[in-house]
Amino acid sequence: MTTTDTPAPAGSRTLAWQRRRQSAARFWKNYRTHRAGLLGLAALALFVLAALTAPLTVGSDVANVTDAPGSPMESPSAEFPLGTDRFGRDLLGLLIWGSRVSLLVGLLAAVLSVVIGALVGITAGHFRGAYATVLMRVTDWFLVMPTLVLAIALATVMSRSLGTVVLAIGVTTWPTTARLVRAQTLAVESRPYIERAKALGGGHWHIMSRHVLPNVMPLVLAQTTLMISSSILAEATLAFLGLGDPTVVSWGGMLQEAREAGAVSSGDWWYLVPPGIAIAVIALAFTLCGRAVESVLNPRLGVAR
Amino acid sequence: MAADAASARVTKTERSGTGYLRYGAGKLGGAVVSLLAVLVTSFFLFRLIPGDPVKYMTGGRQVSNEQLAAYRREFGLDLPLWQQFTDYCHKALTGDLGTSYQFRAPVIDKITEALPNTLILTGTAFVLYTALGVVLGTRSAWRHGRLGDRLNTGLALTLYSIPSFWLGLLLIIVFAVGLGPIPGLFPTGGMESGGEEGFAYVLDVAHHLVLPVITLVAVEYGQTLLVTRSALLDEMGSDYLTTARAKGLKDDLVRRRHAVPNAMLPTVTLIFVNLGRTVAGVILVETVFSWPGLGGLFYQALSVPDLPLVQGLFFVFAAAVIVMNTLADLIYPLLDPRVAR
Repeated sequence: MTTTDTPAPAGSRTLAWQRRRQSAARFWKNYRTHRAGLLGLAALALFVLAALTAPLTVGSDVANVTDAPGSPMESPSAEFPLGTDRFGRDLLGLLIWGSRVSLLVGLLAAVLSVVIGALVGITAGHFRGAYATVLMRVTDWFLVMPTLVLAIALATVMSRSLGTVVLAIGVTTWPTTARLVRAQTLAVESRPYIERAKALGGGHWHIMSRHVLPNVMPLVLAQTTLMISSSILAEATLAFLGLGDPTVVSWGGMLQEAREAGAVSSGDWWYLVPPGIAIAVIALAFTLCGRAVESVLNPRLGVAR
Repeated sequence: MAADAASARVTKTERSGTGYLRYGAGKLGGAVVSLLAVLVTSFFLFRLIPGDPVKYMTGGRQVSNEQLAAYRREFGLDLPLWQQFTDYCHKALTGDLGTSYQFRAPVIDKITEALPNTLILTGTAFVLYTALGVVLGTRSAWRHGRLGDRLNTGLALTLYSIPSFWLGLLLIIVFAVGLGPIPGLFPTGGMESGGEEGFAYVLDVAHHLVLPVITLVAVEYGQTLLVTRSALLDEMGSDYLTTARAKGLKDDLVRRRHAVPNAMLPTVTLIFVNLGRTVAGVILVETVFSWPGLGGLFYQALSVPDLPLVQGLFFVFAAAVIVMNTLADLIYPLLDPRVAR
């Protein structure tokens, strides 16, 4: 966004910024009318705050098994509001600490997925011919594959780490984005000003980065928000199946531990309820935000209303 | 394009029959290519694994080199990669998916053993969540914006955000183990109590089915509801509905005879795609409820990991989805002839 091909008249950059500020303000004004979207945003802010301040509020030693503060499997009390786990660790602390992994993995996996999807979509829409045909065939193939099964298979054959989980989710979930972005790219490229840009000598890179990308950006943004929620769910699922990173605390991992510790058969509900609610609330929050963003940017859809 | 409209129309009708054949052949060809791609992927994906697969097989036990070599020979791991690959493809096409490490039994036998159990579970859940999703989605769209619609979509979105395995665990605690004054009403897991015969056996299996089916329906119906709803909403502004109302048809009739059949088209595709998606859901639900189906088997295979079994199940799951999608592709133009053109 920093280089310009033609010498810009003075003040064009400030003009551009002004325009961007205006459209951001307009976006916010529309977004505010979606009550569910605002609710999602508020819940999200709460979680992000908890995750960011976790080192101050709970400290990183909360996951330490050897000097756990309580005795194993205590039910909720004044000292431990959510009770303790099978090692006597404070479940509230673990829950807050776990939000870091869930948010981080969800965010990274969604970004990876959307970046791959946008890249494939834009290039397949821009370069036609054999290249696009092959690319779209690959996309279609990924699209029909059961995403979670493929992610599980990938996570099984790679070493257990957060990177593996991000990669497994990211490389299996991009095709929907690719299809959406490609369709949008084709629509943008049929507009006359692209013709003008080509006539003036704009190359492939110039067209894709300066004309197509800004036009597909809103779509990409909405898609990312929606993708984060499914990535968080996917992370929890992989962790629950024992395919996550065993060295870090995550909500799915907590549920897996609870199940292994026999919390289900002994009826220790307090061990199971909080992580699940946390996963559901954050996934729902991102879904609500995503739908609000989508309906602001594309009012014709009218899904969220 | 310059040809007169009448002759253009004639050629189009003449070609419409072969149009579907060509379309269908294309889709079938695509499915075959996809299946082959899955076969290739399932082979190479499980060769990505660092280290020696034999080590997984022996589970860290002390084994002599001779024994390791014997294992390698038994599972064909001493052959060059290309030969392993051609062997694998050849065998897979004849229905031989290798031998499970942990069960020491042919993978295909384990799969055919578990398949009927999965079909009972997914079949029941599928019928219920499709019906629920279509009915609620139609109602929601027809009265969109009202309280009922907002509750419906809100609940669907919420359930959609809930991890299925967690819902399953909670249902077990509340309705199987029993919580406080609530007694345990349903079995905690498995498919049968054993010892029952005839009709009592059927009842027993049905009793075991209740909680897993509820779990699957709860997490899956939302998708159908939302798609049906938005398809119907798209349709609702159409002129032909205004016409139908203008000629004095009752609202209910307009909905059932005109709007819903047209709006069902996207839902039909989704129903098939859902069948594929349920595959993933069933892995978790079967794991949680110890249901002796393909999903439960997959979980058992993952924890070892029993690579031939994981590989075989991966192939079966992916193939099931591809077959379902192809069926959807083939049925769709019969409902909406515009697609095949």
